[in-house]
Amino acid sequence: MSPQAAMYQVNKYPGLNLGPGHGQDDEAAATVMFGFWVFLMSDAILFGMVFATYVTSLHGTAGGPGPHDLYDIKSIFIETMLLLASSFTFGMASLALKYKHGRIRLVSWMVVTLVLGIGFLGFELHDFSSMFAHGGVPSRSGFLSAFFDLVPLHGLHVTAGCIWLICLLGQIGRYGLDLKTKLGIMRLALFWHFLDIVWIAIFSVVYLGGLT
Amino acid sequence: MSIAALFDHPLGRLQWSSLPFWDMLQHPTKGNIINGVIATGAASLVVVGAIALVLVLTRYKLWRPLWSDWVTSPDHKKIGIMYIVIALVMLARALIEAVLMRAQQAFGLGGGFLSPDHFAQLFSTHGTIMIFFMAMPFLTGVINYVMPLQIGARDVSFPVLNSISLGLTAAGAALVMVSLVIGKFSTGGWFGYPPYTEANFSPGVGPDYWIWALSLAGLGATLTGINFAVTIYRERAPGMTLMRMPLFTWTALCTAIIMIFAMPPLTVATAQLALDRYLGFHYFTNDLGGNMMNFANLFWLFGHPEVYILILPAFGVYSETISTFSGKALFGYRSLVMATMVIALLSFTVWLHHFFTMGQDANINAVFGIASMLIGIPTGVKIYDWMWTMFRGRVRLTVPMIYALGFIVLFVLGGMSGILLANPTIDYQVHNTVFLVAHFHNVAVPGVLFGMLSAYHFWFPKAFGFRLNERWGMISALCWIFGFIGAFFPLYALGLMGLPRRTVAYTEARYVPLEWVAFLGALLILAALLALLWQLWVSIRDRDGNRVFVGDPWAGRSLEWSTSAPPPEYNYAVIPVVEDRDTFTRAKEQGRAYQRPDTYVDIELPGNSAMGPAIAAIGFALAFGLVWHIWWLVILAFLAAIASMIVRGFARDTTRIVSAQQVRQEHHRWIDAVAAATAVSRADECKSVNVGLALQEADGVVP
Repeated sequence: MSPQAAMYQVNKYPGLNLGPGHGQDDEAAATVMFGFWVFLMSDAILFGMVFATYVTSLHGTAGGPGPHDLYDIKSIFIETMLLLASSFTFGMASLALKYKHGRIRLVSWMVVTLVLGIGFLGFELHDFSSMFAHGGVPSRSGFLSAFFDLVPLHGLHVTAGCIWLICLLGQIGRYGLDLKTKLGIMRLALFWHFLDIVWIAIFSVVYLGGLT
Repeated sequence: MSIAALFDHPLGRLQWSSLPFWDMLQHPTKGNIINGVIATGAASLVVVGAIALVLVLTRYKLWRPLWSDWVTSPDHKKIGIMYIVIALVMLARALIEAVLMRAQQAFGLGGGFLSPDHFAQLFSTHGTIMIFFMAMPFLTGVINYVMPLQIGARDVSFPVLNSISLGLTAAGAALVMVSLVIGKFSTGGWFGYPPYTEANFSPGVGPDYWIWALSLAGLGATLTGINFAVTIYRERAPGMTLMRMPLFTWTALCTAIIMIFAMPPLTVATAQLALDRYLGFHYFTNDLGGNMMNFANLFWLFGHPEVYILILPAFGVYSETISTFSGKALFGYRSLVMATMVIALLSFTVWLHHFFTMGQDANINAVFGIASMLIGIPTGVKIYDWMWTMFRGRVRLTVPMIYALGFIVLFVLGGMSGILLANPTIDYQVHNTVFLVAHFHNVAVPGVLFGMLSAYHFWFPKAFGFRLNERWGMISALCWIFGFIGAFFPLYALGLMGLPRRTVAYTEARYVPLEWVAFLGALLILAALLALLWQLWVSIRDRDGNRVFVGDPWAGRSLEWSTSAPPPEYNYAVIPVVEDRDTFTRAKEQGRAYQRPDTYVDIELPGNSAMGPAIAAIGFALAFGLVWHIWWLVILAFLAAIASMIVRGFARDTTRIVSAQQVRQEHHRWIDAVAAATAVSRADECKSVNVGLALQEADGVVP
């Protein structure tokens, strides 16, 4: 058996598999997980288009405030660390699910992730309000419109992720770790890491790029 | 905004003047009266149609079956049929608008009878409907019905998501219909270019109707694309390798992939335009750093692949009908698959040819011009493959085949004018003239629409268990073909004579004769539609003489013909094992068709779900509230949308079981019918002796 074929035997779908320890559920996950990957591809195009809008609008400041007047790199850095940490904690939650470390550990890691996610959103809202205070409102210029398309779009995704996470906690409480709850956690994990990657792009292109 | 402020204007921007007859009553000039009467007539049709539907449903106690057998059903076959019903209703409306436009232009020397504003609404709704609410639902419906059957699946991968996609499309279609009765639709054309569609220049509700109708339909199409692609990758029957898939399924796959990647730019473009209009952003405005070229790029980054979303399934249909009605395996299957894939890929590389004249430098235009011409190569490959399929085949001129032949001849002409337009220097000459209108109708009507009608005639007996009336089908097909020639070939000439597109009136007397030819052509197309509807009525009336329960009326080649007509809700009593391309033809040749298995097992199916209709209602309310600035409705609908998804997340036990006993019973009843049926030769396939069992005849080329 070639290494690829062996790999395929182990991995029924891309990403962290539930593994044979979960019996039927592992097989049942394949279609749903694949579908979610496809959805993420479509979502990635959405972000790609918004990135393109942002990059083509960099010079459209129309005499209004630009990146140097508005971005607060300290706050952005803390935000970034919070989100990266949340991706790590979600990874721990996924491992707790896969290796059946018990519901308490799983839920704890998920709650930590939620707290970090909410912390990220809090810092982001704080950033926006200080931008507003410095005249950085979206109706001021094409540049600011594009900024407030891209960054809040990511923020809305994170918000949706947080709501989803709370619902999953509710489902764990109500049904325990049945197939559907497991599928929810695994999909949210992909979603969460995806948003992390998008944020790294935002951090690099919007903030670091804008401040150089 | 305080809570109380939300209710300051409980109906938002809605006023008496939003009604179509208000202007006419307030200012009864001759022009206002004519336009008012037409608009009111159209609005009345919608209202009367809706009331009549409610009355019929109530009178015949159909509400419950409608709810439990149809709108909440996750069955891909029923969802497919509902998509096609939407498509046919919208086709009727947009076609009447087209006739009205041709009438206006026939009388358009120095005026005509329609106001410019009314005319602009007509071409905007016509284009929007034909693309998003006729062609898209039609092909989505056909793929929904046929594709899972062709790959030997029980359903699509995500049946409830399928129902939600339908709901979103239906909500968008309903929004466009409501715009006839309340307020006015956009006058910005089907692609709604800003800055014209910005709040400064179009302050009314028109562009908002357009934005939200497209957003709903676009979201539905994205989800549909995901669903189809996953279904084809994951749900194929054992032995159905990719290169054994029927070509229609291949085109469905490519279309699904394009949907996944091409719909997001549309979502972004309409969302940004909405932010401009509602919250004063500056994406596409003239001032403060806005850039409308971003809209042009985003829109056509969706819009061009969209063209191939539309045409590829039609190519798939022709591949099936031409092969079936020639009694031969498809010629050059592998090259057709590759051509389809190449077209899907190239579709993302040519968007700029929609705006050659909008200021790029010559080199960029040249690159995109060459890329556009390249598409002619795989398309040409396909045309040759279809002709070689017919070559020395036993060609039967049935209705689906008539459409296919009309397509081959006319589409090649349309493709040729496309190659002309792909050359930027020529494009500069005929840009924005009706030459362009002639070109894209020449590929859209004989390409997409004929393809869908071909599919409708081909698979109708499979879906409903009886054949459509052949005579009226033929009359309709010929009216479509010749009506099309009459309506659009004159536009090539008029375009070269300099008639700009979207002109309400003109001053050149030499346009008049050709305008009249085009008008008569449009009337012939209207006759084609009426013949199509009449055919449906006649066929339903005479259905008992045309039943094909056995399920194989055309000596079909792929799996969908190997089950009863209509198929049971689980499609196949036993999932078939695929051993070859044209697997059903091989099975019939080797005597493996219509077998009675020893054992049957329970079949798990998705249970009914109210998510589809709920999302439809919520989506409509949300969009309607946004159009009319009814903020309490917007907030309510938004919360309802989130709540419905959360509730669905908590749902368990969403499947139901069809017992082995029931499967056995239904399968035996069908197999008994097969045993009792007399096989018919192809000479008799359109006669009532054809009950769906094909006589085994030599397959392949005529010796």
